[in-house]
Amino acid sequence: MNDDITAICARYQGRGREALLPLLWDVQTAQGSISPAQVHQISHMLRIPEADIFGVIGFYTLFHDQPTGRRIIRVCTDPTCALADADAVLHEVCAQLDIEPGATTADGEYTIEHSPCLGLCDVAPAALVSARGEPDRAMSQVSAAALLDGWAGDYFTPAGDENAVLLDGGLASAPQSLADYGDYAGLRKARAMTSDQVIAEIEASGLIGRGGAAFPTGLKWKFTRAAAGAPKYVVCNADESEPGTFKDRVLMEHRPHLLLEGSALAAYAVGTDRAIIFIRGEYPKATQILQDAIAEAAAAGLLGALTIEVRRGAGAYICGEETALFEAIEGKRGFPRMKPPYPTTFGLFGKPTAVNNVETLCAVPPIITRGASWFRSVGTAGSAGPKLVSVSGHVARPGVYEIAPGISLRDFLERQCGGVTGQLRAVLMGGAAGTFLLPSEIDVPLTFEDLREAGSTFGSGAIMVFNDTVDLRDVLLRLGRFFQHESCGKCFPCQLGTQRQVEILERLDAPLPGDRQRLHDIGMTMTEASICGLGHTAGMAVMSAMEKFPGLF
Amino acid sequence: MPEDTITLTIDGQDVSANKGATILEAAADQGIDIPVICYHEATTPNGLCRVCVVDVDGGRVLQPACVAACQADSKVETDNERVVRSRRTILEMLNASVILEEAPEIQQMMRDNDADPQRFPHAQRRESELIDDNPFYVRDYAQCVLCWRCVQVCAEDAQFTFALTLNERGHDTAVSTAFDIGMTESPCVFCGQCIGVCPTGALKPKIEWGMEQGLDEDKLRALTRRGRKRDRDRA
Repeated sequence: MNDDITAICARYQGRGREALLPLLWDVQTAQGSISPAQVHQISHMLRIPEADIFGVIGFYTLFHDQPTGRRIIRVCTDPTCALADADAVLHEVCAQLDIEPGATTADGEYTIEHSPCLGLCDVAPAALVSARGEPDRAMSQVSAAALLDGWAGDYFTPAGDENAVLLDGGLASAPQSLADYGDYAGLRKARAMTSDQVIAEIEASGLIGRGGAAFPTGLKWKFTRAAAGAPKYVVCNADESEPGTFKDRVLMEHRPHLLLEGSALAAYAVGTDRAIIFIRGEYPKATQILQDAIAEAAAAGLLGALTIEVRRGAGAYICGEETALFEAIEGKRGFPRMKPPYPTTFGLFGKPTAVNNVETLCAVPPIITRGASWFRSVGTAGSAGPKLVSVSGHVARPGVYEIAPGISLRDFLERQCGGVTGQLRAVLMGGAAGTFLLPSEIDVPLTFEDLREAGSTFGSGAIMVFNDTVDLRDVLLRLGRFFQHESCGKCFPCQLGTQRQVEILERLDAPLPGDRQRLHDIGMTMTEASICGLGHTAGMAVMSAMEKFPGLF
Repeated sequence: MPEDTITLTIDGQDVSANKGATILEAAADQGIDIPVICYHEATTPNGLCRVCVVDVDGGRVLQPACVAACQADSKVETDNERVVRSRRTILEMLNASVILEEAPEIQQMMRDNDADPQRFPHAQRRESELIDDNPFYVRDYAQCVLCWRCVQVCAEDAQFTFALTLNERGHDTAVSTAFDIGMTESPCVFCGQCIGVCPTGALKPKIEWGMEQGLDEDKLRALTRRGRKRDRDRA
């Protein structure tokens, strides 16, 4: 391996620690791993201790501190891909190469790994592949042959219908160009208004955050605008990593300009010209599409003084937690911070920051152009506006759907998703951090308030459908493994609890006396005592299953 | 009452506290002892061990007393059922992963909270070989609870040496040097502050360790002294 990264380093001359992840990405892509000599060089260049850089490499699973194969293949084995026989694909790839997952072939050609959810659940099973020196690629409906005999093809998620707004009347197979999208009419309209008027319009619309926490967007912007400190930041949380969730990917891949216009509107509202989109490292296609769209919008003079930068994550679910996301941009291990202080006053680089989910920002341009009253006219009083959900598993047509909140889960599955295939056993709402609904419970209206009442959640908007052929213990085990893999390790309840939880889930077929109570205590301790949302929800699905499916335990 | 003072109740007692005081401080003033593992007066509190969690007004989640500020007119409970469940479960899960034989304070916490040392059978332990790579101290990470204090004093909390980091994540997290190089190859200046803040037997002066091994004075000397540099250069 050639240790010389002088040319790469030159691109980051004069920058500081915030350049660490982009620089490590360049080295990882060019060399397949990051060596001690390279860490030494980066340390001098960015003035970061070598131990810190090593710790950062060790935190993010897409970075390697040991040599890898010339090609890296990562196969998703989370619940939805498992339904599509991902284990068999991974097994076949490993058998043909005569290695175990996690290993590299003797000739140095291939490294094979498990991957957590890649957000391609509608076209499962999925894989993320890397070839030395080339951009990463996400692949759908993979077979061992496709993974070993060339990486041809592209995926496409059909989504939307004639009434869709965020999904624009059903999506074409290519990213929407600027010419097709239009010249940011919402932004032009907003610029004739004051920032306070824009915020008032968003508040009047009743828009609440689509990332999972359901915080009122207008209020968040108001706090950020009112906070002292400069520069302020708008950060788009595009670290969509909740298993079963892919709506943000579809938005970015199909309607990049909608997100850019929404980001520009947020920046105008809070009073900044700095916006950053932090996108998960497993979304190379969306990353490229966004970068192209930014160049297109800037060339057309639509962004004015605003800079929109795309920052790529490197394999860490925790970075979807807003403060961990800031740490990643700042070049550190993605540990969540203690709150308070909250991002609106102390966010990225310690400055006031409005951090919003992709779908939330995408809802903003139509609110400005069509008005808050239009947004209110869709859905219910507590769940205003069109909402996207990601549907995977046992339905005729998995995919991303735009719903008017208020429709029952049953009607939605039957009318929009083509119905459940087979006999329904359970619906997992909100992904790995979510809760189960029984077949008898699917008349619940899909609104924030009704789901809360039913002890469930929209969460990230993931709806995973399981029929009676599914081994729910296996589903729980995969969810447990996911959290054990993704816990950042900062606080004891989650670091230890996700490990203890998976140990018990591994023996569900032959449990020890007391395991039920152990799982309950672990779940409650993670929920009540952890630092951040990951820990607070890491026992949710298991505790929900203990209530709904007591026979499994 | 002065303006910079607030009142609240802790375990039913009326308490006045300085504005900005942590619950841990206010409780200590009342003689209420809240257990802590990661907290240390000399280091920046990170609120990560969570054994100091308390119930504030029956809130959805518990609050870490070491960093949570007292809120006026709040009702704090340091010992109720929710609090004890979390505290006990954390200690039981920790004991299943880490050797706590040389952490008498944590053992006492376990007894105080009725923690069962055998609660989690067949658990994966954080196993690690003893690292003996320098003349000054040994590292036994099988006893490391990941309180972060050694990493903190090696960095901005004291020495600005930056020899240590955290590697990996989750249950696999480990304190290490860059690429696990030996301490003498690292920037370590052997200031000893990491040993001073270690709450378990994970970091230990080499003489103490040698004496525990039953070594006599000559052997201890051979273990911990490298001879004068001039002599070494000649050899």
